[in-house]
Amino acid sequence: MNWKITKNNKPIGIADIPRGNVQQLRNALINQCRQGKRVVSFFGHPDRKGMVLFAVLTDDQNSRLLVACADLGAERAYPSITPEVPALHLFEREIFEQFGIEPQGHPWLKPVRYPFRRFDPSQNIGNYPFFRIEGEDIHEVGVGPIHAGIIEPGHFRFQCRGEKIHHLEIQLGYQHRGVEELFVGPINPGEPRFKPHLAERIAGDSAVAHATAYAQIMESLARIEVSRRAQAIRAIALELERIAVHVGDLGAISNDIAHLLGSAVFGAIRTAVINTSLSLCGSRFGQGLIRPGGVLYDLDDELKERMKRTLNKVLEDVIRMSESMLATSSVLSRLEKTGIVTKQQALDIGLVGPVARASGVAMDTRADHPFGNYRYFPIHKITMPGGDVFARTFMRYVEIKQSVNFILEQLEHFSREGSLSDPVENLMAEGFCVSMVEGWRGEIAHVVLTDIQGNPVRYKIKDPSFNNWLGLAIAVRNNGISDFPLCNKSFNLSYSGHDL
Amino acid sequence: MLTILVLLTVSPLFIGIINRVKSVCAGRQGPGLLQPYFDYLRLFRKSQVVSPATSFIFQLAPTISWTTVFFAGLLIPFGPRPAVISFPGDFILLAYVLAFGRFFALLSAMDTGSSFEGMGASREVTFATLVEPAFFILFSTITFLSGFRSLSDVFAALHQNDSWTLIVISLSVLILFLMMLVEGSRLPIDDPNTHLELTMIHEVMVLDNSGPDLGLILYGTAMKLAAIGLLIANLLVPPGFDMPFLMVLFLGILFVLAVAIGILESSMARLRMVHVPQFVLVMTSIGLLILSFVFFSIGGHR
Repeated sequence: MNWKITKNNKPIGIADIPRGNVQQLRNALINQCRQGKRVVSFFGHPDRKGMVLFAVLTDDQNSRLLVACADLGAERAYPSITPEVPALHLFEREIFEQFGIEPQGHPWLKPVRYPFRRFDPSQNIGNYPFFRIEGEDIHEVGVGPIHAGIIEPGHFRFQCRGEKIHHLEIQLGYQHRGVEELFVGPINPGEPRFKPHLAERIAGDSAVAHATAYAQIMESLARIEVSRRAQAIRAIALELERIAVHVGDLGAISNDIAHLLGSAVFGAIRTAVINTSLSLCGSRFGQGLIRPGGVLYDLDDELKERMKRTLNKVLEDVIRMSESMLATSSVLSRLEKTGIVTKQQALDIGLVGPVARASGVAMDTRADHPFGNYRYFPIHKITMPGGDVFARTFMRYVEIKQSVNFILEQLEHFSREGSLSDPVENLMAEGFCVSMVEGWRGEIAHVVLTDIQGNPVRYKIKDPSFNNWLGLAIAVRNNGISDFPLCNKSFNLSYSGHDL
Repeated sequence: MLTILVLLTVSPLFIGIINRVKSVCAGRQGPGLLQPYFDYLRLFRKSQVVSPATSFIFQLAPTISWTTVFFAGLLIPFGPRPAVISFPGDFILLAYVLAFGRFFALLSAMDTGSSFEGMGASREVTFATLVEPAFFILFSTITFLSGFRSLSDVFAALHQNDSWTLIVISLSVLILFLMMLVEGSRLPIDDPNTHLELTMIHEVMVLDNSGPDLGLILYGTAMKLAAIGLLIANLLVPPGFDMPFLMVLFLGILFVLAVAIGILESSMARLRMVHVPQFVLVMTSIGLLILSFVFFSIGGHR
């Protein structure tokens, strides 16, 4: 079976996507994954004749995307691909939950996010089939869905022997809002054509990243290129978001191990960073800045200077605090060798983002599939061996330094020529487009299918949390249950990004 | 009598000082020194919620815990002033009165039926088991060294001005300081500020308590910290001081201890749970060191 080769943000016609039967798609997919391709998205979409399964793979070495689809017709089942390609496990569960298409032989066919299965309402969140270990010394600890502190809802069930975690099962879905369905349309008259506000709320801490992916996909369908000026502002906002969350995470990690100074200092630095976003666009989380066609707020010379000063100060403070904290023996004793994810595990389950890079997997959408201004200012991929909490912490520290320097470079080359925003019109009819953005958490992928008027008929979102939640469950195995919060902070995954 | 007065009045301030030192070290303004008094007062004025899953033990336990600490205060002398209750072997009563309070705190935690609280109880009892030998080795040593068997006499007789005694006293102070961190659930054993149930030891056992009961528990913990602080002061202050100056000395030592705990908590991260027993066993090993030292070098009381 052939694959349609495309690129990040390059639209193709749905009709151009090679179509085969499920067996062909399955073989081709397994074949490609054995050759080192990764799964970006795998989803079902019912068309007039029946269910169609779409697969999007990425070829990171050549910055290419591979797309193919399979007609299921009236069939309701197919042999599961997960036993061969474990990274697909959640995508197959998702398709089963949404459409009742059963991946036969799937080892872990459980609900993903719905309160009940769309095709079998008797399967609901109340009778979620938790994995259980039986034995005299085994005890079960359930945490959530309501947590202490400001944390989104999610249920964690630990099977422990004494203080040691044997197995953690994470059950999500409490934040499901039907975001993907809301992107379809406009269906009703008067409904806005573009929904950037919705994109900003897929995951509140990745507002800029998701809004960028959404804006890019709409611009690609309209076959326009936004001005370098708007692209630079987008890149600055995206990196500010990365810095802010990474600094906040360093603070949260210090807080979890009761390192007071780190917690206080990183908290203060984070405020300086998010206030920079505030002065750029009026929102500390970068909402309301990015719209299809460009950006809504300009960057003037005064703000540019202020940003430079703040970021230089931030850089200096982060370096001083991190160097001192990460050299404290009591801190290292908590971080090192805690929550290890090996490189092979990371590759198998398809981890993305800084978490994968901390396990030694070299992948960064900004470098592998450059978009926006990253095409002109290449980002160097950073990896670390180890895969423990220390590696994930140190990765954040290194990425903060990288991002600050990237923004400073952007500010140096910033020119106010070109328009801030261009009209986005004439969206491609019956088109298919993939837009990938490296959010602070990792690879965000939006996929859109349009109808004859160019309106989305299917909008598929993949937040990096979707890939990485299983990574957390793997990481905490054989660790002390009291180290779980620390492992959790080192991943810092989004519940709403997963639940959509 | 003075001991119990100091415990009742000064112990919340002790916590206040620790918190203030921590906030200053972190560059924050921090709460006022008297904040713990307001906190306890606020809790005592509140009504309380009792889970229907619990039995009478849950409601009894906080009062018992607090009372045991109060009773322990009656057993601790104040320098040359003997304790209210003093008899040969009273340090054994001191240890088991506190253990009795802990026993009820554990029962109350199990009573709630929550998996968190059971986990906390299991941790608490593990570490308490390890602290107990350290306590007994320490007190056997100093009774052996001084030749007396009641705390009041022991402390009075201990201060011989020779270098042996100095070494024994300083090592004992070290053990008691570490014991303070364990018993008071301070860093690096436990994090009194955390909100993460899975990492807590002492805090998680009282998750279900509210209102006056919670107030009693917090007050009791503060008193326990200060009580061990007073034991340290008793070890350190030689006899021969009289009243106003004695009080200043004792309170001064408590202040220094609070500042020391505050600085310690600001400068290090918490221990990994599996390393806590090692930390606690350090006390026992220092205790054994002093014991063998006293036994073989000095050969008992003079």
